[in-house]
Amino acid sequence: MSELLSDNSAALNDLKDLVVSQLANEILESEIRYGELTIVAKRDDILKVLTFLRDDTGCLFKQLIDVCGADYPERAERFDVVYHLLSLKHNLRIRVKIRTDEETPVPSCVPLFSAAGWFEREAWDMYGIFFAGHPDPRRILTDYGFEGHPLRKDFPLTGYVEVRYDDEQKRVVYEPVKLVQDFRNFDFESPWEGIQHVLPGDEKAEGNA
Amino acid sequence: MSEQKIKNMTMNFGPQHPAAHGVLRLVLEMDGEVVERSDPHIGLLHRGTEKLIEYKSYIQATPYFDRLDYVAPMNQEHAYCLAIEKLMGIEVPKRGQYIRVLYAEIGRILNHILNLTAFALDVGAMTPLLWGFEEREKLMEFYERACGARLHANYFRPGGVAADLPAGLLEDIDAWADQYDIFLKDFDRVLTGNRIFKQRTVDIGIVSAEEALDWGFTGPNIRASGLAWDLRKSQPYDSYEEFDFDIPIGKNGDCYDRFLVRFEEMWQSLKIIKQAIKNMPDGPVIVENNKVAPPSRADMKRSMEALIHHFKLFTEGFHVPAGECYAAVEAPKGEFGVYLVSDGSNRPYRCKIRAPGFPHLQGIDFMSKGHMLADVVANIGSLDIVFGEIDR
Repeated sequence: MSELLSDNSAALNDLKDLVVSQLANEILESEIRYGELTIVAKRDDILKVLTFLRDDTGCLFKQLIDVCGADYPERAERFDVVYHLLSLKHNLRIRVKIRTDEETPVPSCVPLFSAAGWFEREAWDMYGIFFAGHPDPRRILTDYGFEGHPLRKDFPLTGYVEVRYDDEQKRVVYEPVKLVQDFRNFDFESPWEGIQHVLPGDEKAEGNA
Repeated sequence: MSEQKIKNMTMNFGPQHPAAHGVLRLVLEMDGEVVERSDPHIGLLHRGTEKLIEYKSYIQATPYFDRLDYVAPMNQEHAYCLAIEKLMGIEVPKRGQYIRVLYAEIGRILNHILNLTAFALDVGAMTPLLWGFEEREKLMEFYERACGARLHANYFRPGGVAADLPAGLLEDIDAWADQYDIFLKDFDRVLTGNRIFKQRTVDIGIVSAEEALDWGFTGPNIRASGLAWDLRKSQPYDSYEEFDFDIPIGKNGDCYDRFLVRFEEMWQSLKIIKQAIKNMPDGPVIVENNKVAPPSRADMKRSMEALIHHFKLFTEGFHVPAGECYAAVEAPKGEFGVYLVSDGSNRPYRCKIRAPGFPHLQGIDFMSKGHMLADVVANIGSLDIVFGEIDR
């Protein structure tokens, strides 16, 4: 296992050097961690980056494994769009990330990889990330007529509406969620790991008051 | 006579159609009996797994993976455990790795039995399904003896597996493996050369190698298109590099080739199972680090520390260092990956599940174009669609 990892890391380092030298203007960061190469690209250059990764002989990432969103609400550009690519030729993987917010559209990569169609629809459905130029920008997983983007961190786990079959109206009806017990979210802040926040009155001891 | 205008007919297929393999709703645009466009409506089984996982501790999230592809539950857990182990830098003990390989291959056979026999049923052969379910039942008993549940196993844990195998189980699996080839040979005789079966599948839904790459196909579906790609060989995890097995590939990429590839994979899985039983090492099955793996029942009766560890582990769980990683396994349906983002707390910050069936089903549109309506059923069957993992 360790042998395989070290083989892999030499190839990954080469790949990183190649990508960084060829795409110096398009890439913001690059990092190898846990034996995986991650690059952060500029949002508007994502198609150029993906095209290079797909077509350059040193890369040949012909397969788009996954596109997904991730939400970091404390950031100014709160969403990450994460692309995972796989090169069968070189047996390597790469992760490309770009950042965006609720309003700014991301160029759709469907023209490059047909597989992106549903992945981008899912990211739109779950996070509300808008993909400009997507041929079929419908929701995909949620209910017909669903509102909101459920995987955003500010969307409650229990949701807003619940459905049931109403025997009198002979149809499924939507009602606001009623919980018999409040939603419980435990924090596991333990005194053994040290309290992070300042207790009232403690700031005097630090001399900050 | 004035020229008549012919309008395409839109037809609804599913979601309660028996050949829809679950809750697939297809909206088909038909020109007579020929499919012009197919638009799958998915999400009828969407349970918000990824959202739920964000609100559970790492150990509590494992059972959700059984409920994704419920046909081969343990293979999903495998990817999730590998992702956690990658972030935490845990090395699984050898016996734990071998048990995982053993059960991952049992899962592969479970999956392929269901898929191939249900596929045969879809195109008109009833008998193999009934034979296959008997074998599946035997395999699920092995699941049950290892972890107590026939389907929702929760057996693979970060750091190894939940418990060691009970005495006598390996011998019984070995005995089963010796007689399983009877089923395979019968199955082969009934279907592989069957004229009706071949008429329904040969040259139906051809996927070229370029198309398979472009549409993100993985697993048996990409191998049937002639690309020898298997993560067990190319990016081995959990000691797969120590096993001797072959990767079957197809030539034409049609429904029949996908059937043949899966069928041959069952033989190869059988080979891996036999090797795993023969070379099963001794030793612990899970890391002996009580911050990650629970202490043994016997220890907890005597040691206060073990009791505290157990309590902490099953209430708070362990904390995973901040970072992100992607771990993938060769699940029976293709590449099943987990993209895990940790913020250093005891709960995953983001857990994206990359289900192989998702891009496969997306391909149904280009595969079915220009085929007859009945061929859509053959295509769905040959792609190996299970809605638990597609809808998540």
